[in-house]
Amino acid sequence: MSPIAITMFLGIVGITLYITWWASKRTSTATDFYTAGGGLKGWQNGLAIGGDYLSAASFLGIAGAVALTGFDGFYFSLGYLTAYLVVLYIVAEPLRNLGKFTLADMITARFNVSKVRGAAALSSIVIVLFYMIAQLVGAGALIQLLFGLEYWVSVLIVGVMMTIYVLFGGMTATSWVQIIKAVLLMFGTIIISILVLAKFNFNILFMFETMTTVTEHGQAYLNPGLKYSNGIDTISMLLALVLGTAGLPHILMRFFTVKDAKTARSSVIWATWIVGLFYVLTIFLGFGAAAFVGSAEIVAANPAGNMAAPLLAEALGGDLLFSFVSAVAFATILAVVAGLVLSGASALSHDIYGQIIKKGKISEKEQVVAARVGSLIISVVSILLALGAQTLNVAFLVSLAFCIAASANLPVIIYTIYWKRFNANGAVTATLTGLISALVLVALSPNVWNPVAGKAIFVGDPLVFLTNPAIISVPLGFLGGVIGTLLSKEVDEAKYREVEVKAQTGISVQDVSH
Amino acid sequence: MAKEQKVIDYDKIAELESFKKLTKKKNKFLWTVAVIFFTVYMLLPVLTSYTNLLHQKAIGEITWVWLYSAGLFIMVWGLAHFYVSKATGFDKDAADVISEYEGGARK
Repeated sequence: MSPIAITMFLGIVGITLYITWWASKRTSTATDFYTAGGGLKGWQNGLAIGGDYLSAASFLGIAGAVALTGFDGFYFSLGYLTAYLVVLYIVAEPLRNLGKFTLADMITARFNVSKVRGAAALSSIVIVLFYMIAQLVGAGALIQLLFGLEYWVSVLIVGVMMTIYVLFGGMTATSWVQIIKAVLLMFGTIIISILVLAKFNFNILFMFETMTTVTEHGQAYLNPGLKYSNGIDTISMLLALVLGTAGLPHILMRFFTVKDAKTARSSVIWATWIVGLFYVLTIFLGFGAAAFVGSAEIVAANPAGNMAAPLLAEALGGDLLFSFVSAVAFATILAVVAGLVLSGASALSHDIYGQIIKKGKISEKEQVVAARVGSLIISVVSILLALGAQTLNVAFLVSLAFCIAASANLPVIIYTIYWKRFNANGAVTATLTGLISALVLVALSPNVWNPVAGKAIFVGDPLVFLTNPAIISVPLGFLGGVIGTLLSKEVDEAKYREVEVKAQTGISVQDVSH
Repeated sequence: MAKEQKVIDYDKIAELESFKKLTKKKNKFLWTVAVIFFTVYMLLPVLTSYTNLLHQKAIGEITWVWLYSAGLFIMVWGLAHFYVSKATGFDKDAADVISEYEGGARK
């Protein structure tokens, strides 16, 4: 590791620890811990959403995927961005108007029964753990490559850092870590993109022309089909990407950090611009890496292509830019895992412990203690799982998390806000049908089973040929909700009217003063 | 949490003509646009997987699939801002509903 790299690495650690110390003095209540007091501004929350969302899978994964497979890698950018329209149009404002700390809060605003809360909390925790294992395993491998540390040391560094942020600084520290990371990431990405464009004389046509000759794929590089040749599988994956975001617990949780629906709206606009600009730039990162690093070298560094962006930075900007981009990648991972720990802890401590076990009879002080204990449990469990999963190919867990979010959470969210006849029974069956069908279908899929040893977790033939089961599990989640609802006679129209009025007007939130 | 103990009569608000009108108008708008953008987005993998339309060159070496993608980006940003401009109108309507309710409650 070069002195510049060490300085930047320590700089990130230092700044984020200072923020955590600063935030810890502002974290005394459960509202502070889970929602940063609910007082974030639209632009702050928008940047934080970007910081929470643009994971290593986006930064390193998409750059590598575009570099190696051309247009096919860019599908992710399109899906992850379009997803924000679902968040904005369907979910964000009603969620802000109905919820308090968690997704389960929003659903139990209509059906105040433990089984509904339990099901929602369970699916949140499953999503968080899967997403987190993918992030931590990726982080371990990446830091190993970037800084030459052992895998377990890398995982522990990231694990300990995320635990410190959340444990002491709660949502305030997590939000600011995410905001700083978003700014650094955008800055780094814009610099690399300008350097790439300069190499092409700022001529987009020339860039595309060059790309047809520099890779081994020729013309095909600019067209879909290099990686995703199965139509149903491609459609299924794009479905999970566009519908999943609106059900991801760590993204939904960010909407409780703002004071009202109007601010929630402006945060999505900010996030849409930041995230969208970033995804446009993934073209330059990917094309640049393919042209100026070359696929052989990218694959040699990491078979999945995750080193494409750092290697490109090195090729264009030498050790300085390489160190900067590596430090940004480190900050990226930290910001995302911290958000995940927090949302996992909110489901565990607030939903399961505070509301189900203690039935809401829990003092402010106990809530904060429970939140911290919950964060510690989520952190330790995910670190242990990540240490055990080192040799497994777990990159697919990110798209699985999106698939569960789309299948188990989105149907319940939509029915709760928009369907009068929906009832508690339906809420439970929708969640469980979506969750279980996604898990079972993936457990039988080519991600887990491959006849060639080492390609997947187990050796054998997959029973399901979809790598992403969203096209089956999302309709099942919606259908499960309908069947569960109709099987129960329970209807509470008065409660629905209340929920509808709250969701549409925000009348119950307006009286809460900050 | 410091929240004033004002009892809100949700049924009464839900019964207001102005509220019913707002909900109907808002939901119709949201779901119409949602169906449109979802269709435009999902059409992409259908076209790329089952036809060759987007594989043809459009400008220089740039194929149609990149232009379709550019269109999706513009659609996302455009519809995001379209939503905000519409939502400002809904906010006004919602404020009217609340003041109608509060005016009625005071009488």
